Amino acid sequence: MTTKIIFSGFGGQGILTLGQIVATIAMKKGHHVTWMPSYGAEMRGGTANCAVVISDKLIGSPLVDTNIDALCAMNDASVTKFLSKVKPGGNAFINSSIVTESPKRDDITIREIDATNIATKVGNPKVANMVMLSGFLKDTDLFTMEDIEGALHDTFGQKYPKLIPLNIEAIKAGA
Amino acid sequence: MSKKVLMKGNEAMCLAAIMAGCKAYFGYPITPQNEIPEYMSQHMEESGGVFIQAESEIAAINMVYGAAAGGVRAMTSSSSPGIALKQEGISYLVGSDLPCVIVSVSRGGPGLGGILPSQADYFQSTRGGGNGDYYIPVYAPSSVQESVDLTIKSFEIADKYRTPVMVLVDGLLGQMMEPVEIKDYKPTLIEKPWATNGDSGRRKRNIVNSLSLNAEGLEETNLRRFEKYKEILKTEEMVENHVKDGDEMAIVAYGTPSRIVLNAIDILAEQGIKAGLIRPVTLWPFPYSTFANLPSSVKNILVCELSMGQMIEDVRQGVQGKHPIHFYGRTGGVIFSPEEIAKKAAEVAKGGA
Repeated sequence: MTTKIIFSGFGGQGILTLGQIVATIAMKKGHHVTWMPSYGAEMRGGTANCAVVISDKLIGSPLVDTNIDALCAMNDASVTKFLSKVKPGGNAFINSSIVTESPKRDDITIREIDATNIATKVGNPKVANMVMLSGFLKDTDLFTMEDIEGALHDTFGQKYPKLIPLNIEAIKAGA
Repeated sequence: MSKKVLMKGNEAMCLAAIMAGCKAYFGYPITPQNEIPEYMSQHMEESGGVFIQAESEIAAINMVYGAAAGGVRAMTSSSSPGIALKQEGISYLVGSDLPCVIVSVSRGGPGLGGILPSQADYFQSTRGGGNGDYYIPVYAPSSVQESVDLTIKSFEIADKYRTPVMVLVDGLLGQMMEPVEIKDYKPTLIEKPWATNGDSGRRKRNIVNSLSLNAEGLEETNLRRFEKYKEILKTEEMVENHVKDGDEMAIVAYGTPSRIVLNAIDILAEQGIKAGLIRPVTLWPFPYSTFANLPSSVKNILVCELSMGQMIEDVRQGVQGKHPIHFYGRTGGVIFSPEEIAKKAAEVAKGGA
């Protein structure tokens, strides 16, 4: 089975890091995985997105243009660009703190998550990306809370171990 | 012992270079390879090596000349217009029989072009823009793991044959992350009695130079170099050939686009069209013989490149008119989708294109 995920939002929202955490989880679970960022002239405040492909066989193209299995959209531009490309039966996780329009698709599962507000309450709006992971925990069987904790230790463990508890708290607050 | 880590292609090639005993890196920033000088600036010193951000690409390749002449494993990296600037230096390195590794992370051209992935530097890499009779080995990995393995191999090949070696990837592979298995590796460094490394007056002084004003002498040097090329052509060719008896089409692609072709081949299989991938891993030496011995079931060959068609000339030379050759490419940084390739291949199979 092959799962294609798009993470998309403003530069600075932790979109690329979020994709990297999910890719690390997949790697640790023994799957094949690719992580591919958009790398145009991106900057803080502009748009950023990355594609993560997880599969039990060798992955061909690391690019994801259509047939998205799961979309994590953290701003309006992301919804406009990618919601129509989620395949029927797929999942969309929308950061409803920032996305103004109510997304319309009745052939996919949409979960609106008040991510930025929840993150602010937990202590730092920067962990809104992690709150979005709670949607994956509820609606997909891609990974568990324990998997996330393991990947966080791999990603932040050496340089920023102090950040791990806040990130875990953020995910739990979203659940 | 080995461990698995998630790494970007650009960073993984740096790690591989350091594992291979690279002790001198010189570079100048250009997208999409900036992670290379960034990584090297952090890690060369701690591994006992040297990192210098040169004042230009030309300066960087000439610093490589100096370091290589001194006998250490040296590397530079750049992207398309930057590699164009390095061509003079590459020719001088060849002319002085100096080993080094050049990483080329190509982007759209000509000129300053764009920053998105492209394969329009096939001619630049395999034919070279430097003057004189020469070739350099060119490796074209298609995954982050392979870019690690082939970077290490490039340093070995460079020393073995005293030649610059190029690792050619497109921006896609430079930017993407994949799990990489990092195995324990200890480089085998060979003696370099020709190196200008001082040696405290114990031997006659060495001179490293590409100037030779005596025509017969220069011819002899060139003939000797081509003996070396003969050996490389005979032993260093690498290719992945998935074409099986019964396949009606061979699709040829190198680098990351070969992975997009694999997706297209799955789509074609659903339509009942049997196709197999041929992926040249070394672009020079090019695996010509693979194309001379294809199964008789192969009716058509489709070459897919992120360019207007450059490798297709080598494919033609290999096929020698035995099979019709078709082409599908996108250029300027546009990347083809598996569906586009499958559509073209289906047309070819029906005899329409």
